[in-house]
Amino acid sequence: MTTASEPYVLNIGPQHPSTHGVFRLRVVMDGERIQDIDMVVGYLHRSMEKLAEERTYTQNIPFTDRTDYLAAMSNNLGYCLAAERLAGIEVPDRASYLRVIFAELQRLASHSMANGTFINDAGAWQTPLMYMFREREKILDLFEMTCGARLTTNYMRIGGVAFDPPAEFFPAVNALIDELPDRIAEYTELLVDNEILLARSRGVGVVSAEDAINGSLVGPVLRASGVPWDLRKAEAYCAYGDFDFEIPVGHVGDCYDRFMVRLEEMRQSVRIIRQALDGLPSGPHKTEIPLALRPAPGEAYARVEGPRGELGFYVVSDGGPAPFRFHIRAPSLINLSLLREMAVGTSLPDAIVTLGSLDIVVGEIDR
Amino acid sequence: MMRSAWLDPVREPTRRLSPQVLAPLAVLLVAFLALNVAIAVLIVSGRLDGHWYDFRDLGNAVQALREWLDDRTADQPGWLSDLLGDHWLSYIVTALIGAIGILSFVGVVLLVLIWVERRLIGRIQVRRGPNRVGPFGLLQPFADAIKLIQKETLIPRGADRFMFYLPPVLVFIPGLLVWAPVPWAPHMSYLDINVGVLYLIAISSLSTLAIFMAGWSSNNHYALLGAMRTVAMMISYEIPLSIALLSVVLFTGSMQLSEIVQWQADHNMWLGVLMPLALFTFFFSSTAELNRTPNDIAEAESEIVAGFHTEYSGMKFGLFYAVELGNAVAVAAFVGTFFLGGWSLFGLEEWVPPYLVFALKIAAGYFVLVWLRGTLPRFRLDQLMMFAWKYLIPISLLQVILVAFERSIFEHWDVPGVIPLALFTIVNAVFAVRIVRFWARFLGYRPERETLLAPTLTRSVGGLQAAQRMRTVR
Repeated sequence: MTTASEPYVLNIGPQHPSTHGVFRLRVVMDGERIQDIDMVVGYLHRSMEKLAEERTYTQNIPFTDRTDYLAAMSNNLGYCLAAERLAGIEVPDRASYLRVIFAELQRLASHSMANGTFINDAGAWQTPLMYMFREREKILDLFEMTCGARLTTNYMRIGGVAFDPPAEFFPAVNALIDELPDRIAEYTELLVDNEILLARSRGVGVVSAEDAINGSLVGPVLRASGVPWDLRKAEAYCAYGDFDFEIPVGHVGDCYDRFMVRLEEMRQSVRIIRQALDGLPSGPHKTEIPLALRPAPGEAYARVEGPRGELGFYVVSDGGPAPFRFHIRAPSLINLSLLREMAVGTSLPDAIVTLGSLDIVVGEIDR
Repeated sequence: MMRSAWLDPVREPTRRLSPQVLAPLAVLLVAFLALNVAIAVLIVSGRLDGHWYDFRDLGNAVQALREWLDDRTADQPGWLSDLLGDHWLSYIVTALIGAIGILSFVGVVLLVLIWVERRLIGRIQVRRGPNRVGPFGLLQPFADAIKLIQKETLIPRGADRFMFYLPPVLVFIPGLLVWAPVPWAPHMSYLDINVGVLYLIAISSLSTLAIFMAGWSSNNHYALLGAMRTVAMMISYEIPLSIALLSVVLFTGSMQLSEIVQWQADHNMWLGVLMPLALFTFFFSSTAELNRTPNDIAEAESEIVAGFHTEYSGMKFGLFYAVELGNAVAVAAFVGTFFLGGWSLFGLEEWVPPYLVFALKIAAGYFVLVWLRGTLPRFRLDQLMMFAWKYLIPISLLQVILVAFERSIFEHWDVPGVIPLALFTIVNAVFAVRIVRFWARFLGYRPERETLLAPTLTRSVGGLQAAQRMRTVR
């Protein structure tokens, strides 16, 4: 007797516990095995890029908060760098250092979230996520202290940062970075040698270095595949050239490597913040720019190493007060594009873990 | 002033029970224990025989009631005696008492343990857990139940309505039936049959059918996947579970649960200590049957939403949830019975009611289950299947062979029982460690080196060539 099974379509999302937002996967499955994946995006489309053409350069900063809502600081920073490059504005040293401090704090917060949800997708019932949320809360408290908002910070300005941090910020951030290495060691102890996590994530969703480069992957996903590429080293924007830090590079490019790279990047971020706080120069925290900035016609592209990878902003000016064209190169979307290659042929749990390890933010994919 | 909650945290004052409530409770508890000790002293000194007033064993009271009823009905034959025998009244009354006892115990346990589990998980996850409804949030399960009952029951279009309605009820039946043979105290068990172990294995596999019905009738891919996973897993893990129980039955020479506990009490030896491998096999297989982490693949939230009960809402979902919790407690009870000495605790059961000792062991077992749930990630289906067929079944079969030899030595060796038992404990522990390591290596598992796990740190950046250079350096 022969048995035959016919493939069926499983609709994952737009509402599903592990699609991290309103993202939809149409999965063609044969039993538990995945034959094909269709990625359906656009449920969170808010036409950010078009809206930006109607608003002045400064008014566009809050929009960037809302693309990648887990890394608002990095998005602000990327856009402000682009606008500064377009208008030829110099940034004071203190502002550069503050930008580094807040971008790295944001990276810590975002990586906590990424690793927590990744373990959640691997099936640990919320516990590591809650642990990592504990530290993320403290970072968000620091943001609130400084700029009044926790998630959509709107902190960076063209020409500097909006506010100098208040006096109580510095003891708080020092206490936090003294505490964080212990906390990261705690996660390491709980998760790194966990046999179940190893069994679930090693050899799952592998991307070779060649494929990663050809697929234009960025950020921790690229580094996990073994490519030592980090814009903080390669371009040393802001003040990153002043600091001594290392970039972690994975071995095989599986989900476990991505998790470990993020964990190690958290350690390195703590290192950078400590150095930046020690060497924080005094002086103004922003340069004064005209209220209605009218850059000369031209175009500028600036990119930063966001928590999810290379985050680019392309701004074109026609001489008016609003950008003529505004484009965001979103790392989540580019990292997601290889999911099909990673997941086809594996089983549904593997695909979910792979998706979790890519650390997508749907607000950024759809914009 | 900016808020910095974690520099100067605003702590809520810890809520405590007021002394007016606590003092009478403490007095009652002390009085209860004192009365226990007093009765125990009287019985041990021979001035009393165990009778209905010996409430340390509620079986005595029921037995006394039975005799009293028999005295009343023996000389009044009627058509019921012709039909059911002479002891029909005492039979029916005691059966009703037992059934009501089990039902009320399971009911109370379900309501309390929902709260306990959520509080414990909250503690594990550095948060508070439910603490709003009633003192310490104790009334939360009632609030949940009321909410669930009020909710509308949705039935998906295309679902098989009869089959859809049935499973929440069906799944409850084995959930209650498994409690029947549990020995709470020397004479206190509802159904002390001599094939208790067999009965348990038979009953525990019944719920598979209900779960598969639920998954099939829902007309939902997630539910179907969950049901298929459940069936595959239940069938696989029944086997190691039965083999683990086989070791117990072999060594104690009885399938009667009260006898197994009595054996452990007589020899002052827990079977879980004597054969740790059987304990581990039983416990792990049980978590698989229970759908609890690390084996909760049947309702893996991150993959198939809620598995077989994805489409159930309202109290139908509530019943599934309750049964799952009740089965977890039942597993804790059976681990206690088979492996942790049941109601016996090295003589302590003479002085406090044995059912309290047993309840303590259930609580301990349940705590471990909650702890696992709060800590571990989930296996994949094929990994679980592999673990059952390639790992658990062979090593537990080897364990059974070893136990069979030990049993025959134990019977024929003419020395005090302590010596062979101590010897077997050491042999079994060493065997467990060796066989687990050996079999893992046999299946090709190699422990990872620490250096392989950590990512490499570098200060230079580059593209593909740099990547290839890094690869060759390693």
